[in-house]
Amino acid sequence: MSGEEQEKASKVPSVRKLFCGVDVGASATKLILLDSERKVRAKVVRPSGVDYAATAKECLDQAAAEVGGSRDIARTVSTGYGRRNVNFADASLTEIHCHGVGCYHHIPRPITIVDIGGQDNKVIRLDASGQRLDFKMNRKCAAGTGAFIEEMALRLGLDVGEMDPLARTTEEAVRLSSFCTVFAKTEILAHLRKGIPVAEIVRGAFMSVIQRVVEMDPLDGEVVLTGGVVEYNPTIADILSKKIGRRVEVPPHPQYTGALGAALVALRQSEKK
Amino acid sequence: MAEEKKTFIKKIRSAGPMRDLMADYFKEMDEAAKTGSAKIAWCTSVGPAELLRAFDFLVYFPENHGAMLGSSRMAADLIPAANAIGYSPDICSYLTSDVGSYLRKNTPLTKAFGMEGVPKPDVLVYNTNQCRDVKEWFGFYEREFNVPAIGIDTMRGIGDITPNHLQGLIGQHKALVPKLEQISGKRFDIDRLKEVVASSYRCTKLWKKVLRIAENKPSPITFFDGTIHMGPAVVLRGDERAERYYEMLLAELEERVQNGVGAVDGETYRFYWEGMPVWGKLREHAEFFAEKKSCVVASTYCNSWIFEDLGHEDPFEGLARAYTELFIVRSENFKEQYLESMVRDYNVNGVIYHDAKTCPNNSNNRYGLPQRLTKSLGVPHVVINGDLNDLRLYSEEQAKTQFEALVEQLHERA
Repeated sequence: MSGEEQEKASKVPSVRKLFCGVDVGASATKLILLDSERKVRAKVVRPSGVDYAATAKECLDQAAAEVGGSRDIARTVSTGYGRRNVNFADASLTEIHCHGVGCYHHIPRPITIVDIGGQDNKVIRLDASGQRLDFKMNRKCAAGTGAFIEEMALRLGLDVGEMDPLARTTEEAVRLSSFCTVFAKTEILAHLRKGIPVAEIVRGAFMSVIQRVVEMDPLDGEVVLTGGVVEYNPTIADILSKKIGRRVEVPPHPQYTGALGAALVALRQSEKK
Repeated sequence: MAEEKKTFIKKIRSAGPMRDLMADYFKEMDEAAKTGSAKIAWCTSVGPAELLRAFDFLVYFPENHGAMLGSSRMAADLIPAANAIGYSPDICSYLTSDVGSYLRKNTPLTKAFGMEGVPKPDVLVYNTNQCRDVKEWFGFYEREFNVPAIGIDTMRGIGDITPNHLQGLIGQHKALVPKLEQISGKRFDIDRLKEVVASSYRCTKLWKKVLRIAENKPSPITFFDGTIHMGPAVVLRGDERAERYYEMLLAELEERVQNGVGAVDGETYRFYWEGMPVWGKLREHAEFFAEKKSCVVASTYCNSWIFEDLGHEDPFEGLARAYTELFIVRSENFKEQYLESMVRDYNVNGVIYHDAKTCPNNSNNRYGLPQRLTKSLGVPHVVINGDLNDLRLYSEEQAKTQFEALVEQLHERA
């Protein structure tokens, strides 16, 4: 626990029952309420929008409503790019830490986590005890992230939700070779001109995302895939699995892994009191 | 959690006298440019400054100006002007921001030291030991000012420095002499060169002591302090005023050590910074690490102005060796061994590599070195993507998240 967390922890009343984790990501804000038995009592996701503080509060209100209006929250930990904007948080930690904690909760083994988020990708390696060995983030380009998928959907005139079902209809895929999202969109134009079926272009876009990921790290050991991209596009996990020639684990509700990790940290910090 | 505005940076008293010294340096230069009272040589930052001083040139360093353009955050507005005339956004952003400054007639020297502009050169003297870009940079001004650009073409990627390397480099240094005699109008005096080199050597030894004092726990100085206080070692080496300054700074830092005062209160973690500073974010980075009770204690960058071979009895061989022994000139194996020793000497907990988009020669994460060092030393690292001057290539949140995650990782292990 950092000094800041310790200071905040000392103010936590010990009788309360719910523990809140809120992950304010570049695209979406995810919030989880856990009870002291580590059971998820409520979970909410909303677009992060432009006012992170307000969105986090709206998520909290909605989650509170889901648990019968209870505001009996012992401790809140925030994470994600907007973590410092969560006014009701007692502490904040990076999403790198919280994704590790959240994943290890489901898969308590040495693992290599690949988180494909709205705006960045992370590779996090944990040892058998759940301690982080190392981590990497993608370069600042949007290639290989959720933003890339959104851009491709826009170019193809699809809702993002339509992409996964389409990608599942084919094993054929175009090759998108550009690192650059803008150039990849130009490549798509060329494929459309040639009359390539949209499904093959969508699958090609998914394969491009995975290609960017495998360029980040050798992905040794057991690989776990998390993040909003795989939550809405599970085909991505199949593609990664084929690419590395091994099974890829996906925890339940992979978009919430960071929020879950944050809630688990909130619970642990309270237990230390 | 509301973000608080609180400063964690501890001021160094000697910073005031250093600013005065730098102001005097620029004032003399400005005066000479206006009156012609002295000839002015522009020199690359690890170029043969001592040789130029031996001819009584006042020596101006465009890279120092580049750093000022970065730290004043003027660079991002000026770089596009250089891009527009054909200098790519992918080349050195010191070069493009400096050329942009020239084209737009806008310099931080005006606000800082009341100068109308940069002092016009009589000669441009480079050493390509750092990169090709410095030569191309001076080539621009050679055409603009119609003054000669002369210099040393140093080979790169050197492992051991051999007699063959030295023979060529000594010859290149000596070949500058008749040209400089002609431009300066002064006869070369070997004794004067020896005096200047001896002063530069004394300066280097003091600067090394300043940096090595960070081996203490807690460290009395941070890398971020070092990037500011290295000014005289860069622009006034070979001038005895630089020696006096480092004596003062060293005394202040020794006093901190004696009193157990660290540059960062409650120093818990110690880091090494590999690569260029992100000049426009220096203060933010200093604050960020201090807030996390972390001290960036050492860097390749600040150590790059230590020239121990200047102590050689033959000043030409001293110059040839000193400006070739530098980290940036050396082979990957040399760099790996150097970093290993730095990590051990300074007892650091983690290494931060800055992958500067426009400065490949100062970005040492690109050939697997971080991975090899982490494996051999068990010391974790992060790589941040950014740039020395072009803040369009830097993502604040990504960098800070990586710094913070590294601190969390160390905390978890503790």
